[in-house]
Amino acid sequence: MGKVVLVTGVARQLGGRFVRRIQRDPQVDRVIAVDAVPPEHHLGGADFIQADIRQPTIARVLAETNADTVVHLDVTGVALGSGSRVTVKETNVIGTMQLLGACQKSPAVKRLVVKSSTTVYGSAPRDPAVFSETTSPKSLPSGGFAKDAVEVEGYVRGFARRRPDVAVAVLRFANILGPTADSPLAHYFAMPVLPTVFGYDPRLQFVHEDDVIEVLRIASNEPERGTLNSGTFNIAGDGVLLLSQCSRRLGRPTVPLLLPAVTWAGSLVRTLGMTDFSPEQIRLLTHGRVVATNQMRETLGYRPKFTTAETFEDFARVRGPGLLPPEAVARAVDRIAALPFAPFAGGGAARAMTTTTVTATVTKAAEAT
Amino acid sequence: MADAKVIPFDDDRSRAGTAPRPSRRRSAGSGRRKGESAVIREVQPLPGRARPQDDVQVTRKQQPPQEPQESQGGPGAQVPSSDPAGGGAGGLERRIAGGLSFLRRRLTGDYEVDDFGFDAELTDQVLMSLVRPLYEKYFRVEVKGIENIPAEGGALIVANHSGTLPLDGVMMQVAVHDNHPGARHLRLLAADLVFMLPMINELARKAGHTLACAEDAERLLERGELVGVMPEGFKGIGKPFSDRYKLQRFGRGGFVSTALRQGAPIIPCSIVGAEEIYPMIGNAKTLARVLGIPYFPITPTFPWLGPLGAVPLPTKWTIQFGEPIRTDGYPPEAAEDPMLMFNLTDQVREQIQHTLYKLLVQRRSVFF
Repeated sequence: MGKVVLVTGVARQLGGRFVRRIQRDPQVDRVIAVDAVPPEHHLGGADFIQADIRQPTIARVLAETNADTVVHLDVTGVALGSGSRVTVKETNVIGTMQLLGACQKSPAVKRLVVKSSTTVYGSAPRDPAVFSETTSPKSLPSGGFAKDAVEVEGYVRGFARRRPDVAVAVLRFANILGPTADSPLAHYFAMPVLPTVFGYDPRLQFVHEDDVIEVLRIASNEPERGTLNSGTFNIAGDGVLLLSQCSRRLGRPTVPLLLPAVTWAGSLVRTLGMTDFSPEQIRLLTHGRVVATNQMRETLGYRPKFTTAETFEDFARVRGPGLLPPEAVARAVDRIAALPFAPFAGGGAARAMTTTTVTATVTKAAEAT
Repeated sequence: MADAKVIPFDDDRSRAGTAPRPSRRRSAGSGRRKGESAVIREVQPLPGRARPQDDVQVTRKQQPPQEPQESQGGPGAQVPSSDPAGGGAGGLERRIAGGLSFLRRRLTGDYEVDDFGFDAELTDQVLMSLVRPLYEKYFRVEVKGIENIPAEGGALIVANHSGTLPLDGVMMQVAVHDNHPGARHLRLLAADLVFMLPMINELARKAGHTLACAEDAERLLERGELVGVMPEGFKGIGKPFSDRYKLQRFGRGGFVSTALRQGAPIIPCSIVGAEEIYPMIGNAKTLARVLGIPYFPITPTFPWLGPLGAVPLPTKWTIQFGEPIRTDGYPPEAAEDPMLMFNLTDQVREQIQHTLYKLLVQRRSVFF
């Protein structure tokens, strides 16, 4: 007898992709896709059940379908379509509570996978440079999605204590990027000019959508020999990109603003309801966040196919170049290189000297940005 | 090197009990090292006379031949600012081409940083070149005992901290990079204040510094990096001028347990000259509290002359790296033993303090 997998949050791109992917797994018999709104994308051969996980009906769905694996993907930062922040928070927190309550009552459930985020670590100047799964944050997130994620993880820990027979995996994903990602950070990078915080160059880490799907699949299946897929894992691509690097690779100019101005502008934009430029987002873009992924490699036994830089490249490829495409910049530099230096090989040391100093100055000026 | 032998701390060492002293036995080093230790032993009763022989060791005499080698060794990648009159026309052109390719890489974001945000290329080619004039011409830093720093693998350099502004850390980083044959990068552990300030935090991260916490230090040592720590912290850097060269308390000795857990050697380092760059005669505590900084220095020049008062005095510096204290011989549970921790902390502290005294006795004047 194969597995019956119940997936929440399938109206989103990520949930839809995951549902389509696990149907191809031989050990999966049936996939039940749950969300409050019908998805716009197709779900393959999965059974879609329209149910709001904030309501107790989810318990009935779980009991009727006899699902043995629950993959909870409905923990997200942004609303789908025209939802308010309150709805998102309710879905995240109350929805998780209802779902966990339903799981607790269902004897069939053997495995629970919860999508969380590295935002649970917060980001502050007093934090260590690299977070491991056991690092406790110096300052807990005060609100927004980060706080939801912390609360969700708290409930999941409680559930794991009450139902020790269920294998629970909490996956803390770094910023998810990729061709179809619709995370707040993807919206940020889509702006023609990137506002940054003056005097800070945060370290960012990305994880590719494909890797997210693959990790979710590993976590929802039986563990491979020599690996363990229950516990808490940081999931991120190798390496780190600085925000300045990201903007240069995207070819989008940055506008450094003072931190109070950014905070003020962020709250203004939020009030107007244009984008979710939340305080935690600003903190991420101020201090950055990097997590250690040893547990993912050694315990979960997964090696991401995309590094942080490759993920970003894939994202940039789809988004198209910005106002200052890197190729154009490189060509401009090459033209400067081709122009004045050929003639003076014989003499004109003074001219050479001035060019040299100019180059040095330009280099340093470039560094200042 | 070997300075700790000058003033014996046998009482301390016997208390350390199981502490291995392999550095004494280890005569497998180069012949030069043997020679030096012989010299020191000969000099033992009178430390004051040790200077002439000591000076021959690393210092500036060896530095000039090394410097051009370095700038030409990198295939045209060195930024022109280090030595513009260096080679002929070919060398110059190569250098310009190097500068342009550097510029191109920077502008297109095609460079790498590590998990801590350390940008090796930027540090080597821009930041170091900016600080080097201060290091070579202004403070005329003299480096001793560079051979105590291992060629590879993790090591923890523990130094005294002074000078109101943390210039000593920066100078130590340049000293290690420019004098060590492997041009190793020193990864300094800095106070959280550094990472709160705009611009400063960006530069510090790019230069390879990180927050002084056990997690970061251990991660760096695990990766085989050279880590620099100044355990006195603000107590050391913000002490009044009258307390100069008196080591303050070494925190809780967390650096020792970090080194023990990673089995990394501890290299004591003494810096002379940094104390006098900003003689701090007063501390405006109220103002400091208002600004949210640990101290607000008042020097004979600082608030009075405005920005001009922020120019450091051109003192002559000496940085001496001492003999490594090995930590790999201890059992794994040793890192939990508070007594061993205190003993090792004291040992490191005494070694730095006595090297400081020795260097001070040898010093002719503050400025020359």
